[in-house]
Amino acid sequence: MRLAIIFGVAATLALTTTASAEISGDAVKIGVLNDMSGLYADLGGQGSVEAARMAISDFGGSVNGKKIELISADHQNKPDIGSAIATQWFSSEGVDAIVDVPTSSVALAVQEVARNKNKVFLISGAAASDLTGKACSPTSVHWTYDTVALANGTGAAVVKAGGDTWFFITADYAFGHALERDTTRVVEENGGKVLGSVRAPLNTADFSSFLLQAQNSKAKIIGLANAGGDTINSIKQAGEFGVVEGGQKLAGLLVFISDIHSLGLQAAHGLQLTSAFYWDQNDETRAWSKRFFDKMKREPTMVQAGVYGAIMHYLAAVKATNSDNGPTVVKQMKATPVNDFMTKNGKIREDGTLVRNMYLFEVKKPSESKGPWDYYKQIAVIPGEEAFKLPGPNQCPLVKG
Amino acid sequence: MFDWIHLSVPPAPAMFAQLLVGLINGAFYAMLSLGLAVIFGLLNIINFTHGAQYMLGAFCAWFLLNTLGLGYWPALILAPLMVGALGIAIERLLLRHIYGLDHLYGLLLTFGLALIIEGVFRQQYGSSGQPYAIPPELQGGQRLGFMFLPNYRAWVIVASLAVCLGTWFTIERTRLGAYLRAATENPVLVQAFGINVPRMITLTYGAGVALAAFAGVMAAPIYQVSPLMGSNIIITVFAVVVIGGMGSILGAIVSGFSLGLVEGLTKVFYPEASSTVIFVIMALVLLVKPAGIFGRAG
Amino acid sequence: MTGSRRWEWVLTAFLVGLALVAPFALYPVFLMEALCFALFACAFNLLIGYVGLLSFGHAAFLGSASYITAHTIKVWGLPPELGILAGTGVAALLGAAFGWLAIRRQGIYFAMITLALAQMVHFVALQARFTGGEDGIQAVPRGYLFGLIDLNDTLTMYYFVLAVFLIGFAVIVRTIHSPFGQVIKAIRENEPRAVSLGYEADRYKLLAFILSAGLSGLAGSLKSLVFQLASLADVQWTTSGEVVLMTLVGGLGTVLGPVVGAFFLTAMQHYLAQLGSWVTVIQGVIFVFCVLLFRRGIVGVVAAFVDGRHRAARLSPEPSPAGE
Repeated sequence: MRLAIIFGVAATLALTTTASAEISGDAVKIGVLNDMSGLYADLGGQGSVEAARMAISDFGGSVNGKKIELISADHQNKPDIGSAIATQWFSSEGVDAIVDVPTSSVALAVQEVARNKNKVFLISGAAASDLTGKACSPTSVHWTYDTVALANGTGAAVVKAGGDTWFFITADYAFGHALERDTTRVVEENGGKVLGSVRAPLNTADFSSFLLQAQNSKAKIIGLANAGGDTINSIKQAGEFGVVEGGQKLAGLLVFISDIHSLGLQAAHGLQLTSAFYWDQNDETRAWSKRFFDKMKREPTMVQAGVYGAIMHYLAAVKATNSDNGPTVVKQMKATPVNDFMTKNGKIREDGTLVRNMYLFEVKKPSESKGPWDYYKQIAVIPGEEAFKLPGPNQCPLVKG
Repeated sequence: MFDWIHLSVPPAPAMFAQLLVGLINGAFYAMLSLGLAVIFGLLNIINFTHGAQYMLGAFCAWFLLNTLGLGYWPALILAPLMVGALGIAIERLLLRHIYGLDHLYGLLLTFGLALIIEGVFRQQYGSSGQPYAIPPELQGGQRLGFMFLPNYRAWVIVASLAVCLGTWFTIERTRLGAYLRAATENPVLVQAFGINVPRMITLTYGAGVALAAFAGVMAAPIYQVSPLMGSNIIITVFAVVVIGGMGSILGAIVSGFSLGLVEGLTKVFYPEASSTVIFVIMALVLLVKPAGIFGRAG
Repeated sequence: MTGSRRWEWVLTAFLVGLALVAPFALYPVFLMEALCFALFACAFNLLIGYVGLLSFGHAAFLGSASYITAHTIKVWGLPPELGILAGTGVAALLGAAFGWLAIRRQGIYFAMITLALAQMVHFVALQARFTGGEDGIQAVPRGYLFGLIDLNDTLTMYYFVLAVFLIGFAVIVRTIHSPFGQVIKAIRENEPRAVSLGYEADRYKLLAFILSAGLSGLAGSLKSLVFQLASLADVQWTTSGEVVLMTLVGGLGTVLGPVVGAFFLTAMQHYLAQLGSWVTVIQGVIFVFCVLLFRRGIVGVVAAFVDGRHRAARLSPEPSPAGE
């Protein structure tokens, strides 16, 4: 409680800032806010905090003479907790930027808080394209991936490779619907056909009924428009029901390496998925991932790698503008191309989306893998412009105006 | 307006397949609600920890495989024993103190225990889950005309029917079961006959917990072995028990299988509601016959 | 007994005074959140502490009111006071419907019906378009209260929330001490006897249920304005579980208990957010501890202690009973 008083007083004194080019407070403070204990703890969680730590230390620990500090918290996938923490961080704890935030409902809430307080929001975990669409904000950057890229990536590439009839098993919530909708559009644009779909409630344990329906449809591709535990369960059970042996293929629309690790290659081999990053892509990714692995004992997901990249780029922008004012820094971030181990020649669009290359991977067979975490083989590169191409006019008010 | 209901009925073979997978799910509900019904029927305790104990059974199986190299078949016996022992410890140390109180306190205590167990496991293992493969003897499946039935799923029905009927028989038809039933109705009198009632109670709780753990081992190869698996299923199982009748063993078995079927049908016609339909039925049953379909009043 | 009554007034005045200056020492959003949950817990306590009915679905009232308020303010453009009234009204109506269905049963069956009904509300909240599914309703504007007072200012908002909380709290206290409250307590103690005295037990229980539901709705409406969003988390059964915990920790059937419990738990969630899963474990430990050793809750224990000393002061030669 005393801490709150001290910060409250200090912040009130320190934050009598105008929007001038000056870093307020005596530090640049970054907050990693994500799910540390629930469904998404493995794709971000403590790993994101570690990635942030690596970024701060690689940057030198300070920017323009001000120390860089890091704090973190668990939003438990609840928008009011996330919003309360964000408000407190921005108002009383002197946090200048919040990073990560999986779970779209929380991300949307945090984005509002950041917008109202002119603070920076670097999105790595969340996927909703609304974050840079209808709800876009001049203080946000959507760094790693979104539903549009996933749809364009997996959808187009799979159809081009011959998978032209689809059946969707969709998680019955807004995110699942969005994934199905976006992928359907891409499939049809590329000459494919969607034979049907079924909506499973969130956190369904047993997919056998839905898999039977998918098998009966005789579609070549079964698209899994779900995430987390639902994806893992559907893949595991698809193996049981002989889906792949029966001649159909699975396309995971949102799959992380942590999911594959949990499934095992026996169950997951042959699955096609789109990702922004894989630890074993090239020497640079391997070098960075090795540092991460030494600390976390797990290979990084794209979300965690994205946290690193976003913070590095943010700190560079703070250094260049000598400011921690949200719109100013983000404007600088948009003006500078992104180049790090994960992203080459990335550019942040006006609506806040980082346009970057995405990659289509296929999960290896057990015989092809040399050991734990050696799971993917790269099938194709999807150029950024293609991956993040929007279906229609940009919904973001910033772009129209 | 009703375009969300798939009014096109699938052809008969496909329907049969759906009913069969529904029945298989029902097997899990039956096993889990059986444990709950045993504990409530004989001990008057609403064991909210049941979901966590189911999860412990699955984790035990995973642990036995990864640490001691013991596969599925030994785990089917060892995991229930290990988790059952934990159940006995819980009963001895904690539940014993609240027998005289309102049901509410038993519910809250076991709810708290469930939070503790789940929280610790979540902290330790994250929530993605651990891989656990189907034992080699049960892999593959049968090409029936209307579907491909995985061998493991067929095994689930057989095993759970055996366990359910075995439990029912023990409680309703054997002397031990008679003692148990008598002890709940009039513990003082039964104790006066020289039967160690507290020990019976302890063992009964342990047995109910072991049933949950057994269901957990059966679930490990096909569902995700994750700390969240218990909390995802527990309130559905509660609904099943309430529908069947809170103290009725037969009720739990029959309603478990039947509700699996109902859920399976819902997945065909209105899949979005498949996780809510059981609650609708529970509300209806509670309004019409609160003791449950097989329950005894009072 | 005037002595203890005077104590109650002094204590209440002290707490209100504390509440008035609190936002200068503590973080206001946390305080507002705690106040909303305190109102929720007090409303819940009315049902369990005084009527003796454990509802496992109270989140339905909290959540549905917050959705209604958020929607009417954001989409229909209603001013905040009307939005809050709308939310509270809908919650009360829902309470009437649920209560009418559930009251026929007792004990665990009552709890199960409320759980089932709340799950259905959750399903509707997930499916209905206007609730925004799991994204919820975001960016709800706080607007101007009565067209004059700007609620966007945190301090102003805090005093508004405090005022509404005090009104709700006063309603509950008044109800408990009124003839209606006496009948309710009589029904809880011995329903057949109350019925034989000519009281229609079901009608009283239903009224209490509606009151509890409406006030829970009021808490939910306030919350949606504080956080400027309404989400699925508010209608989940785990939220129903949390309010039970708050009331239990604070003290079932005491007036201040739920308030204390709500503050305690909100503080824990807030200040221990860094600990991740350990918060769940700690909550579980508190549950177990409270049920085994601490059934009267914080306020119950304090009240018994104060009571014990009072009695000791009066019966001087006798030693006071060792804190029973």
